[in-house]
Amino acid sequence: MKSLAVGLLTFKFFLTVQAASISDSIKTIRAVGPEGRGNVAATKAWKTLSQAKVNALPQILQSMKGASPLAANWLRASVDTIASRSNDLPFSELINFIKDHQQDPLARRLAFELIQNANPNQAKKIIPGLINDPSVELRREAVAQIIEEGNVKKDAKEIDAAIKSYRKALDAARDIDQIQTTTTALSQLNETVDLPSHFGFLMHWHVIGPFDNTKRSGFKKVFPPEKVIDFNAVYEGKNGKVQWSKFVTADQYGMVNINKAYPGPGDGLKEVTAYAYTEYEASKGREAELRLGCKNAWKIWHNGNLVFGRDEYHRGMRIDQYKLKLKLAKGRNTLLIKLCQNEQTQPWTKEWQFQLRMCDSTGTAIHAADRPATPSNGTDNSKSNEQPNRRPRN
Amino acid sequence: MKLHLVKILITLSLFLSFQILSEDWTQFRGPIGNGVSADRNLPTKLSEKNLKWSIALPGRGLSGALVLGDKIILTCSSGPTQTRLHIIALDAKDGRTVWHRQFWATGRTMCHSKTSVAAPTPCSDGKNIYAVFSSNDVICLDLDGNLHWLRGLTADYANVSNSLGMSSSPLVTANTLVVQVENDSESYALGLDKHTGINRWRLDRPKAANWTSPILLRKGLIGLQSKNGIDAIHTKDGSKAWEYNEGASTIPSSTVLNGVIYVPSHGITALELNNADASNTPTQLWQSTRLQLGTASPIVIGKNIFIANRAGVLTAGETKTGERSWQLRLKGPFSATPISAGKYLYFINEAGLLQVVDTEAEEGEIVGKLNLNDQILGSPAVGKGAIYIRSNTKVYKISK
Repeated sequence: MKSLAVGLLTFKFFLTVQAASISDSIKTIRAVGPEGRGNVAATKAWKTLSQAKVNALPQILQSMKGASPLAANWLRASVDTIASRSNDLPFSELINFIKDHQQDPLARRLAFELIQNANPNQAKKIIPGLINDPSVELRREAVAQIIEEGNVKKDAKEIDAAIKSYRKALDAARDIDQIQTTTTALSQLNETVDLPSHFGFLMHWHVIGPFDNTKRSGFKKVFPPEKVIDFNAVYEGKNGKVQWSKFVTADQYGMVNINKAYPGPGDGLKEVTAYAYTEYEASKGREAELRLGCKNAWKIWHNGNLVFGRDEYHRGMRIDQYKLKLKLAKGRNTLLIKLCQNEQTQPWTKEWQFQLRMCDSTGTAIHAADRPATPSNGTDNSKSNEQPNRRPRN
Repeated sequence: MKLHLVKILITLSLFLSFQILSEDWTQFRGPIGNGVSADRNLPTKLSEKNLKWSIALPGRGLSGALVLGDKIILTCSSGPTQTRLHIIALDAKDGRTVWHRQFWATGRTMCHSKTSVAAPTPCSDGKNIYAVFSSNDVICLDLDGNLHWLRGLTADYANVSNSLGMSSSPLVTANTLVVQVENDSESYALGLDKHTGINRWRLDRPKAANWTSPILLRKGLIGLQSKNGIDAIHTKDGSKAWEYNEGASTIPSSTVLNGVIYVPSHGITALELNNADASNTPTQLWQSTRLQLGTASPIVIGKNIFIANRAGVLTAGETKTGERSWQLRLKGPFSATPISAGKYLYFINEAGLLQVVDTEAEEGEIVGKLNLNDQILGSPAVGKGAIYIRSNTKVYKISK
């Protein structure tokens, strides 16, 4: 009897020590910083953490909430290592973890994959319930299932039902490829999709240019629009006087093609800089993401503050190429983008354009309170000239 | 007794070096980074029988494999925007997965559709694996897949990226892991402490996209290639020993053999390292504009340097003079850098056709072919009588 008590006490002590070492290890790993800061301590902590028993997985997954992306990777590696040693995963705890929307989205996805690897049938049962999950990472399979349902209905000539499935999938989809798949499917069934609204692309702008960018000098040079936005001002540009003018894009993917504002000879203007400006009415202050696609050198200011810039030319472009975090102020927010075109003359260097959208961290569009209807006609000064008017709003 | 012990240690050290040299494929273009394998047991007359196994991979990639003992190490990327990074170890015998570790990309993953986030070939010092991805994530694992450290270089230097994708393969030498992250914007080469991942040095590099890989010139001295030429850098502190500044390619990398660097510059330029002190400026031996490279890096066997151009024509040039010896039309195009074993060259084209060339035959001769019918962009790896070739979906083992 006495030995049983001693044994239980020893076991309890062991568990306490293990829990403490796990907590300490997690704390050390979460402290890793830039340029390898904290790596030495984290290496030791990881060794301890990776020896933990499989029942520690929920605790490690929970610790990813609020961790930096680097720390999350350290923690993730420990989860992989621990899970690879055992077939006896704590399924019910992992399922509860997936259901907890307050946890880190990537950690929830990781928990899902642990179940998927160990018990694919159990994972299949979870998938349908993830269609509107706040974690984009968890929606993907659910959206794919709904798209497949739509395909089956379409093949069976149940067109209304197919459209309903595709609409449901589109509403839930956040990955670009799935949005494009559902949009194409709906278009083939003669359904219209308001992609600019779905993505939250900013369609209404004021533009000014061209300013100089000879020998790529314009990226660093401060032109007047960086100091003040004055729609009545006239400035000295590269080829004469320049002033602000309204620019609207009707492109389904929100492309703001500056060549349409300033059509030059041949393949367009070279070694030039332009600015585009818009205002965004936020119904409340909140965290948001500006997502930019651009193959020219660019800078972006939000409410007069530089968010980010990059001096790379013609290496490629895609939707959501750059994800820029910002804090929207309640009410009017200003956005200014500088766009530089360089000297290259190859066919693929003609583009002088960008696409910009406002969304949350999952990619869900955040619409301005006064977002106008998606325009059906865009500006094209190679065909007509438009005059400046009121401040643009998105 | 003391002398006896020293002898034993020297013998052991030589044995271990030989083991790594002859059997392990530890980095891009093999153990000494020039594509040359010491293996003499590779098949040359190829048929379907030589394809021992092929295994599906968990993601895309064009990084080459490492062969470390009985393990094949590969990197992959997956997901709609390739944000999932994979490092896997396979059993060389049957392709079974020994371990599989995954990470989340912390940097940008955009790249040209032909390439992938898993473009750089990892490297190893025999104890650890150092994997670099186009997202600029640098990950150090031991041979059992245990994490030692990781870095996210885009997290540290926000404009280190290339929208076409990065592909420079890392190099580990002595205590330093050399990583070239050169691009149009924020362009660096870093020397990381291989034990901790912490910067030993960081060099500003030319602001221009660059896909070449660092090369080992001599112990403690590496070459960094860029559009400007070659910079010789001391690995201990990142200081510059010398520079060759007549320009160089930003895609195929230089090759070093027997104290001569063959630089993709004005065709090929041969630079002889200073025998007494490699940190002194090398002597230019010759320059040949007739040796024009495509994407694949040059390779040297014996008295010849071999290059393949964009049209798939293999040219042999004399290493002493740069004079063209002969040409042989292969079926290209090639993205993968060839490897050699003995007198044979192994080229694999982008459509997956493996071609074995006997370089001692008059004017060269194709002696073996095997069609994998798969897009192959990464350089093959060699180990224990086998060639390992990876595609975006599979890895293949070819042996006798």
